Amino acid sequence: MIPFILGRLVKAGFILLAILVFNFLLIHAAPGDPAAVMAGEAGAADAKFLADLRERFGLDQPLYIQLWTYLKGAVQLDLGFSYRQQMPVSELIASRLPATLLLTGVAFVLSLVLGVTAGVAASARQGSWGDTIISMLALLFYATPLFWVALMASLVFSVWLGWLPGFGYETIGAGYTGIEHVLDVAKHLVLPATTLGLFFMAIYMRMTRASMLEVSRLDFVKTARAKGLKRSVIQRRHILRNALLPVITLAGLQAGQIFGGAILTETVFAWPGIGRLMFEAINQRDYAVILGVFYISGAMVLLFNLITDVIYVIVDPRIRLTA
Amino acid sequence: MSLLSIRDLAIALPGGADRRYAAKDINFDLAAGEILCIVGESGSGKSMSANAVMGLLPEGVNAVGGTITFDGQDILGLSEQQMMALRGRRISMIFQEPLSALNPLMRVGAQIAEVFEAHGELVGSERRARALTLLKEVGIPDPESAIRAYPFQLSGGQRQRVMIAMALALEPEILIADEPTTALDVTTQAQILELIEDLRRSRGMAVIFITHDFGVVADIADRVIVMQTGTIVETGTADEVLLKPQHPYTRALIDAIPRLTRHDEVAPIDRKTVLTVEGLNKTFSTSSGTFFGKRRVVKAVQDVSFELYSGETIGIVGESGSGKSTVGRCLVRLINPDTGRVMVDGADIAHMSGADLRDQRRKMQMIFQDPFSSLNPRARVSRILTEGLIAHNVPIADAMVKARALLEMVGLDPSAMGRFPHEFSGGQRQRIGIARALALDPSIIIADEAVSALDVSIQAQVLDLLADLKTRLNLSMLFITHDLRVAARICDRIIVMQKGRIVEVGPTGKVLHDPDTAYTRSLLDAIPGQDYERALAKAE
Repeated sequence: MIPFILGRLVKAGFILLAILVFNFLLIHAAPGDPAAVMAGEAGAADAKFLADLRERFGLDQPLYIQLWTYLKGAVQLDLGFSYRQQMPVSELIASRLPATLLLTGVAFVLSLVLGVTAGVAASARQGSWGDTIISMLALLFYATPLFWVALMASLVFSVWLGWLPGFGYETIGAGYTGIEHVLDVAKHLVLPATTLGLFFMAIYMRMTRASMLEVSRLDFVKTARAKGLKRSVIQRRHILRNALLPVITLAGLQAGQIFGGAILTETVFAWPGIGRLMFEAINQRDYAVILGVFYISGAMVLLFNLITDVIYVIVDPRIRLTA
Repeated sequence: MSLLSIRDLAIALPGGADRRYAAKDINFDLAAGEILCIVGESGSGKSMSANAVMGLLPEGVNAVGGTITFDGQDILGLSEQQMMALRGRRISMIFQEPLSALNPLMRVGAQIAEVFEAHGELVGSERRARALTLLKEVGIPDPESAIRAYPFQLSGGQRQRVMIAMALALEPEILIADEPTTALDVTTQAQILELIEDLRRSRGMAVIFITHDFGVVADIADRVIVMQTGTIVETGTADEVLLKPQHPYTRALIDAIPRLTRHDEVAPIDRKTVLTVEGLNKTFSTSSGTFFGKRRVVKAVQDVSFELYSGETIGIVGESGSGKSTVGRCLVRLINPDTGRVMVDGADIAHMSGADLRDQRRKMQMIFQDPFSSLNPRARVSRILTEGLIAHNVPIADAMVKARALLEMVGLDPSAMGRFPHEFSGGQRQRIGIARALALDPSIIIADEAVSALDVSIQAQVLDLLADLKTRLNLSMLFITHDLRVAARICDRIIVMQKGRIVEVGPTGKVLHDPDTAYTRSLLDAIPGQDYERALAKAE
């Protein structure tokens, strides 16, 4: 197991490097450079000013030197400087990452738990009213645009009913500490995490349901019945465990997607995470920040994939470790 | 007083099936300690009747009439709760494919211990100890490590022993065995049959043994029931049914069994070599992929050399894992051999690529084992048959004409062109597979277990068809099979393989009746029903 993980980490390092290079080149392929944007906004777009700016940010260097400088920094977690926020990018990301991890982590667990539970419940009642209702609800959340659900949730539960705060990470200026602070953050978390979770829940629900029905037709389920086991035991021990294998694969892939979903959710709920940071950076053409966020989210996706593979090996003894 | 008594049992199929009842007017008794064999071809209702006793009919299939009396009560009237108490404790069941019948994610020991748990017997450590005893009893080598193994880590025979251990855990009065040896090698089959026989004797357990194989019936049955399309056509003691069959269907079935003693004399061959295989090697290795892991290496084919003459059929026989299928696949380059030469018409196929290989491939075509998965379910028969021709630049119209002719040649109506594979029976599909193989006018046919998935009567028809086509089209054939009876029927020469090597080659009669090696002898000895075959020959 350890050599497997080490091998995978080495591979992940190379992939991450490729992501960095690719994103760097992609951004530089876009017309205009940050200096032009800055000069334009400063209202002083004469050639001298532009050249000064370029020199100051190293933009007058050949591209490969710029890339080399960037990569050298990136390896040491120096992701450049955000001229907009007047802060090193790595510090900026570090200050925003915990909020995003909290949001996506809770949303991920929520979507998985709800999705699998609903899928099991639906498969146990295949073709009944219960099955139809569960499937329709799940599809409804999946088919409705994420930002719309977010806006409506905010309107209903925050504006109309006033049950939950509709924006932010904590009550600003309340100065809560200890358990009060935790509860405050939790309250703020309910709407964004549920919104994000419900969207992804539908996928797990459909997958679990289909997988349960497929596994329940396999021979070993008949063997289990022939032993005289109870239906509930067969469902849990024999069908569910086997049915979860494709769900785990899917969850590994979705873990990356949920970052994408976080950008919308964080924007609507003013959640101070890297999703919102990214949204702002794109609006402001803050290239260093955009690249930094790509880098971190790329690393997260690779990490989630590795975790998925490790879980898979633990759950399914037939899988041999091949990095 | 019989242990189990079935009267007028009727099992209804769901609407839209090809017939109304899976089984009807089923009447039989089972006495304690008796082995009752239910024989029949696929679709005869033999499995359904047995499943009804367990209360394990598939969804939509229901027992709609009659009674199944066990221990004084009618099983059909019991609640699910009451049935659960019976299953595994008083009536147990084992199935055909032990790999799929075991949960792949659970250790063998846990799966056996589950039986005790289901019936509230013993506690944790005792359950494990009992499971170990049971594994010893069914003759698993190294039971201490087997109990911790996952099903995929055991061989087919060991898995079936695990299934038997599980079924015997609570000493049931009845064991229902549904084709328990069909998926096993002949030597393993012989061991499992012996085990069941032993257990019956030592425990006085009654066995309902479902099979399509008369050889197996002859070796273990006390009494026999023959079923055809849902009804019992004949019943009696083993000797009565096997040696003096009354019903024409039983007679036809017995007549269709390929005999070891009845193989065609080797036709005079003009000794023109069509295929020369020299020093063929293929090694599979699973890379561990990590920096430090070790590789697992399987030498699937080692130094295999032989010649195939024009118009000749060579049988390649051996147990699973002997490398016989790998040889076939190497020859048509479905997998690439590591070393060695495969000469066809003076050209070495083993090291060809691109257009040359595509051109040579038409000379050697393959027929596969499973007529269900070897035909594309989304393609009509017309496309299946013309695809190869069109790939070799035959105009579509000509290809269609040829496809119709091929269908007639294999005994199907040309109207089949517009239909999909699922609309045909297993035997018909295998005919389509044969037509597909013949489309490119090959000179060599490689048939990989081509009749193993078929019922004996269909098997006999397909073998006849192959023999007929062979003479008509002057084909040479490599017939890969695990079934020595089938090999006896169709082959001129036989190659016996073991662990990737050829251990014996010779004319069919010599290999089957006077083999040179102990391995061939052990394969032959394991074939079920040999005494019966001799008795049958004497009776004739």
